[in-house]
Amino acid sequence: MLGDNERTYGFGHPATEEEIAGWDIDVKPDGTGLPPGRGTVEEGRKLYLEYGAAWHGAEGEGTDYAPALVGGIGSLDTDSPKKTVGSYWPYATSLFSYIRRAMPASGPQTLTDDEYYALTAWVLWANGIISEDEVMDQDTLPKVVMPNRDGFTSPDPRPDVDNTGD
Amino acid sequence: MSPKNHKTSANRATPDTTGESRVNRRSFVQMAGAVGGAGVIGVAGAGPTSSQHALQATPAPEDVPEPTEVRMPPWAEEPQPGPAIPPHIPPWMTEWGPYPSEYGTRSPFERHVVRLPGDTSSRTPLADLHGTMTPNSLFFERHHAGIPNIDPAEHRLMIHGMVDRPTIFTVDDIKRFPATSVIHFHECSGNSGSEWTEESIAPTVQAGFGLLSQTEWTGVPLKTVLDEVGVDPDATWMLAEGADAAAMDRSIPIEKAMDDALLAYAMNGEALRPAQGYPLRLVLPGWEGNAQIKWLRRLELGDAPWQTREETSKYTDLMPDGSARQFTFVMECKSVITNPSGGQTISGHGFHEISGLAWSGRGRITRVEVSVDGGETWEDAQLQEPILPMALTRFRFPWEWTGQAARLQSRATDETGYVQPTIQQLVEVRGIHSNYHMNGIKTWAVAESGEVTSAWG
Repeated sequence: MLGDNERTYGFGHPATEEEIAGWDIDVKPDGTGLPPGRGTVEEGRKLYLEYGAAWHGAEGEGTDYAPALVGGIGSLDTDSPKKTVGSYWPYATSLFSYIRRAMPASGPQTLTDDEYYALTAWVLWANGIISEDEVMDQDTLPKVVMPNRDGFTSPDPRPDVDNTGD
Repeated sequence: MSPKNHKTSANRATPDTTGESRVNRRSFVQMAGAVGGAGVIGVAGAGPTSSQHALQATPAPEDVPEPTEVRMPPWAEEPQPGPAIPPHIPPWMTEWGPYPSEYGTRSPFERHVVRLPGDTSSRTPLADLHGTMTPNSLFFERHHAGIPNIDPAEHRLMIHGMVDRPTIFTVDDIKRFPATSVIHFHECSGNSGSEWTEESIAPTVQAGFGLLSQTEWTGVPLKTVLDEVGVDPDATWMLAEGADAAAMDRSIPIEKAMDDALLAYAMNGEALRPAQGYPLRLVLPGWEGNAQIKWLRRLELGDAPWQTREETSKYTDLMPDGSARQFTFVMECKSVITNPSGGQTISGHGFHEISGLAWSGRGRITRVEVSVDGGETWEDAQLQEPILPMALTRFRFPWEWTGQAARLQSRATDETGYVQPTIQQLVEVRGIHSNYHMNGIKTWAVAESGEVTSAWG
């Protein structure tokens, strides 16, 4: 760490490793940020029925209250595209990161990391992306290849229309 | 917890369109009696104004209301005629009104001007607003897990990752940095997404275009704070994360962070409203609203985007070939006529001013044209100063309505030379499933009766 002479104002206090660890909940596509722990599809099924099924439907098919988690694979270039975890999400790491930070709706960030791995495993299994006996942890999850992994383009191509007016 | 009780308890605020403050029932009964015998109807028209004179509670000095007390018009009752117009002396001139209060409120006669709330957003009543600034109470909302109630003394901003000095700032720390104020539009990338197909168009400018507001943000240039912590020259992206129950997160290119991004703690001169990120939010001028993380608690510098849920499964633009555009941040040049607009009725032949808003995420508006014949012919509108970059610009166009059917459109040009496209131009390139970033030309149809309805194409 550089000294205070590098700072113009000197406001704030240095963040300790412990402070950072408590708040640093993001996960990168290569798995950086995934915590220790593990979860199975079977464990995830029980947790899903407890926390998720009333919102996303018994099988993840979606309800009026929350979007579908499963289905739609192969539909994106049709007249009725269905965007779900299985059909649209490019990275399984994003799924873990999102479930942990925002789910369950009754208490985001209140389950254990094992439970978040288990819920992630169940959603991936429900989409036919992993088998029922696979275990999700910080080694296996980043290796999961999502069906729409290569479906996204950037940078932004706009302006993309003949925009000269008349 | 089930979705139903979740929605009715914590997560779904019931819009209170009638309860800004309690009604002083006694005063208004007294007043209705006082004016009830008058025989002249002083105010023409329907709605709140028809009972205008009846509102004017004229308290005796000993009956000055508490600061939170507002006297209400008897909307639920028949309008009471009163002697308010010439030659009569209005009752509010013959008795003193209420004394000053701690925190002001608008006239009760304006209480019909409200946001249009849904489960996750509320829309600004554009047709009822004037000029270019949005009152804080009418600024549109879009939340992903409701509005957190944050004690600013307990709020922290952590900056870490590819920086020399990982640092935690209090809100007071942030406020000590040299500050600046900037005026910018703020728009949801899904605004006017109902225009992608003729079947889905919204009936009013509020319902269709109300995810649009403007404010004067005050805060610290993000570059000032990033320079303070020392950004690694190899850092190319920055994760911004909110302190809401979705810990909403987006990856932002470092170029924008070091250019004109702002750590804002105030809007329109007062502290941010909770719905807009109190006590601290990110502002990214000209970019889609969802990337401007509210309740900002963490910035992490890195060398690649994080591929968060919000930048993969949401806020990406699906193309007809099944691919999806990612990181489409800029809100392109756009305009809409706010008056006359859908749901209104033009009240008579003769002069009417056509007025609306134009804006571009790429800079200043340089021209707005108006058509009253569905795009067959165009004429320049007047642009009201000041014309600021990435800001709402008010345009005005004098129109003589002769009672014929008309199709009103506006078309904006920005300083890059980009001309607002037609909806059909966008659909040709992007299909109808990209949801976001619809900036096509809007049509309002005027019937011979004067009725204005939403139209397409």
